[in-house]
Amino acid sequence: MTQVAANNVSLSWYEASARQRIDALVDAGSFCEYIGPELREISPHLSIFDLPEQFDDGIVIGHGRLDGTPVLIAAQEGRFMGGAFGEVHGAKLTGLLRAARALRQDVLILFDTGGVRLQEANAGELAIAEIMRAVIEVRRTGVSVVGLIGGRAGCYGGGSLIAGTCSRLIVSEQGRISVSGPEVIETNRGIEEFDSRDRALVWRTMGGKHRYLIGGADTFVDDEALAFRQAAIDALKIKRGCDTNVLEAEQNRLERRLQRFGEAEDAVDIWQTLGIDAPTEIPALPTDAFLRAAKRRENADDAR
Amino acid sequence: MEKLSFRLTAARSAGGSRAQAIVGVVASGNLEVLLERASPTDTCTIDIATAAHGFGAVWDAVVRDFVARRPAGGLRISINDGGARPDTVALRLAQGVRKIEEPER
Amino acid sequence: MSNWGMQKAALGERLTAGRRHAKGKIVPLPSLPAFLAAVIRSGDRVCLEGDNQKQADLLAAALANLDPAEISDLHMVQSGVVLPAHLDIFEKGIARRLDFSYSGPQSARIARMLFGRKIELGAVHTYLELFARYFIDLTPNVALIAAVSADKDGNLYTGPNTEDTPTVVEATSYKNGLVVAQVTEIVDKVPRVDIPGDLVHFVVEAGRPFYVEPLFTRDPAAITETQILTAMLAIKGIYAPYGVRRLNHGIGFNTAAIELLLPTYGEKLGLKGKVCTHFALNPHPTLIPAIESGWVDQIHCFGSEVGMEDYVAARSDIFFTGPDGSLRSNRAFCQTAGLYACDMFIGSTLQIDLEGHSSTVTTSRIAGFGGAPNMGSDPRGRRHPSEPWLKAGAEAAPDAAPALRRGRKLVVQIGETFGERNAPLFVERLDALELARELKLDLAPVMVYSDDVTHIVTEEGIANLLMCRSKDEREQAIRGVAGYTDIGRARDAKLVEQLRQRGVIRRPEDLGIDPLDADRRLLAARSIKDLMLASGGLYRPPSRFRNW
Repeated sequence: MTQVAANNVSLSWYEASARQRIDALVDAGSFCEYIGPELREISPHLSIFDLPEQFDDGIVIGHGRLDGTPVLIAAQEGRFMGGAFGEVHGAKLTGLLRAARALRQDVLILFDTGGVRLQEANAGELAIAEIMRAVIEVRRTGVSVVGLIGGRAGCYGGGSLIAGTCSRLIVSEQGRISVSGPEVIETNRGIEEFDSRDRALVWRTMGGKHRYLIGGADTFVDDEALAFRQAAIDALKIKRGCDTNVLEAEQNRLERRLQRFGEAEDAVDIWQTLGIDAPTEIPALPTDAFLRAAKRRENADDAR
Repeated sequence: MEKLSFRLTAARSAGGSRAQAIVGVVASGNLEVLLERASPTDTCTIDIATAAHGFGAVWDAVVRDFVARRPAGGLRISINDGGARPDTVALRLAQGVRKIEEPER
Repeated sequence: MSNWGMQKAALGERLTAGRRHAKGKIVPLPSLPAFLAAVIRSGDRVCLEGDNQKQADLLAAALANLDPAEISDLHMVQSGVVLPAHLDIFEKGIARRLDFSYSGPQSARIARMLFGRKIELGAVHTYLELFARYFIDLTPNVALIAAVSADKDGNLYTGPNTEDTPTVVEATSYKNGLVVAQVTEIVDKVPRVDIPGDLVHFVVEAGRPFYVEPLFTRDPAAITETQILTAMLAIKGIYAPYGVRRLNHGIGFNTAAIELLLPTYGEKLGLKGKVCTHFALNPHPTLIPAIESGWVDQIHCFGSEVGMEDYVAARSDIFFTGPDGSLRSNRAFCQTAGLYACDMFIGSTLQIDLEGHSSTVTTSRIAGFGGAPNMGSDPRGRRHPSEPWLKAGAEAAPDAAPALRRGRKLVVQIGETFGERNAPLFVERLDALELARELKLDLAPVMVYSDDVTHIVTEEGIANLLMCRSKDEREQAIRGVAGYTDIGRARDAKLVEQLRQRGVIRRPEDLGIDPLDADRRLLAARSIKDLMLASGGLYRPPSRFRNW
């Protein structure tokens, strides 16, 4: 008999390490790591820059069970080099996705990344492309790839592109999803365009609530490991695959969304257009009240 | 990066049956500690790669205290350090021993 | 025969000159430069209101724009040198001499200007000490102050940030000085009268609020495991045995951790109602969980804290509030309360030497004192007994006759053995001494003197200096909690162990604390968002502290 039990401890997803998140996410004791730290499969590039290495290169991959069902899991460690993709880090995720295709097992990606690692940019960019291809290839076989986003580093740059290819995304309020980070926008377009130190602005533009409201994420959860676990269990029950119809539906949805909100100056304008009663109150709402207010959100369900 | 190595005699050997344990992450002011079983059981080896240069004497004091206070015999400990303070290092080492001694599930 | 009434006459001249640029008491904003040039005289002693929180920023900028060819040699007497304009005034040669208390963000520039002889330094004071001198030998000729609103008669409403204003106005206006206030707006009727209009000569409408620094907001997300360990040690090893009910906390992360451990760790130890019931303290957001779970009876505040206004107004059972509902703060009274009516001060510092002197000065920065040396000192004039005060007194002098034995205020320094950028907390010689030598100061800027400190708490343990009987014991007690710093590693291990046997040094294990239990999950709030939620949405943190 398969033992199904969650680790019944309250754990802030935002604060937890990659390993703590995995432990709290899967059935207790079911995780088995591939290419663990004892193998010391470290980045070949960091020593050139005299930078500290990490034995797992900032990503933990392996298999485990979720509510009894076997799944493959990857978790980025957002505190090691901002969770950024390098050569080894990327290859571990690519390999996991290819294994998923062979094994026909669903994949959970616990994003926590600023994007590509500066010190190994070419290898990192290539890895992003390989991973995106591997996600689509495995989804075409009917396997689900679910992204979980709520870490300290957010999900930026190449990480956000990969997230865009996932079957479903689960996000918490703390989670941020954006191609360009706040500092990048400010540097390139000026502080009048985006004040990266205005944290309320950052969160209402890139944060979990806004992404959920505009259909950029499918499930909104509390910053609790158990909430992410339940949402992941639910997400894996939905089987969609990925074909031209799905992609076209997604394209249409995005075009509609651009038409509807393209002129908006601020996220609050979008929330107003969505018909939310008190749009300025959205950031302060606790989860249950927010979910009630979010009934009229842009829905991504058709497309994914 | 500065590399330091210690080979110390330990009065007590680590309990439990886990083959390895890892705690912490490599970040500014933080470190990762990888603990693996090795023989002999009255010896603890500690290999450190640290971003902060010139703190050999402090490391020496920290690891000696650790081996004196905690059951560290039979452990091969590898550390990647992002410039952690000595109190953080001592805490991670203690957490590592606790983790490798935890019962397996 | 003296010609009495000269000060009144001089004030009359200033008033006449000022009225040429005003309509009644109201100075139109565009006339402000000409007005200031008309009422301020070269050589005046000027108090520009501003401390570690509120700033009369409009008036500071206007003062800095005066023409030094017309007005110079001002003697600035002010709590805080905080805004760039405060130092521009010296850079341009408008002011020459400075007596102040706190410099915070300008600490590096003020040091450079002192070295460059751009400023003639009177002294660096504590708040209460500078206030006291306003009434004796540093009485301002002109005070430039800040308030929220005014009516046409000059009655002022200062809102939650009353802070220094009543003290400054009292010293200036009743001694023939001129008082000018910047206000956000002029109204028909002020919500409450914090300063009577009789004492205020002119008012200028800024059209925007005065600047306030959220100095007392500590993000729980940044609290480390080591800080939690020091907080556990303080609660179990000091708060509990002394039964500390009346106290003041510093602004560091260690004391923020203590505040957040009260409803969890403190509750588990059964300390609710037995410690931390009365505070002299700003409205620290990190105290919200303890207040909400019924730990705290009463808090008097030096100032307010940005974003805490609505919460404080809704908790008038705890805070001092006016008939308008908002907080009434008063720095002078709260400093006095912290000195005489509190049994403990606990705060962080940057350097502690082998005798136990502590300082926040580094050679390139002069951050001033603020209120800490006053809070962190044993008041010799205190006469009322209390349990912690008597117990501390007995530990210091066990053989003295109890009825003739002074009690002692608990003055606790708490911190990690290594601070930011791995700088050791414990040093052979304070940087303050080097600074005093270079600037030829009579006194090194010491924050808390050795003879006032009673306990030092680090992650390695607690040193009770009250129980040290010799200079040598004291030094080893300090070395004994100095961890892996050079000071700590040079300890006499045998003597330290003896001190531990006597309970002078107490390690976590001596108190039944496992350092591995020092976990962030012990914090009653782990983020600013948690604090906001704990306040029922009443706490509205400034944008820079939000991650939502």
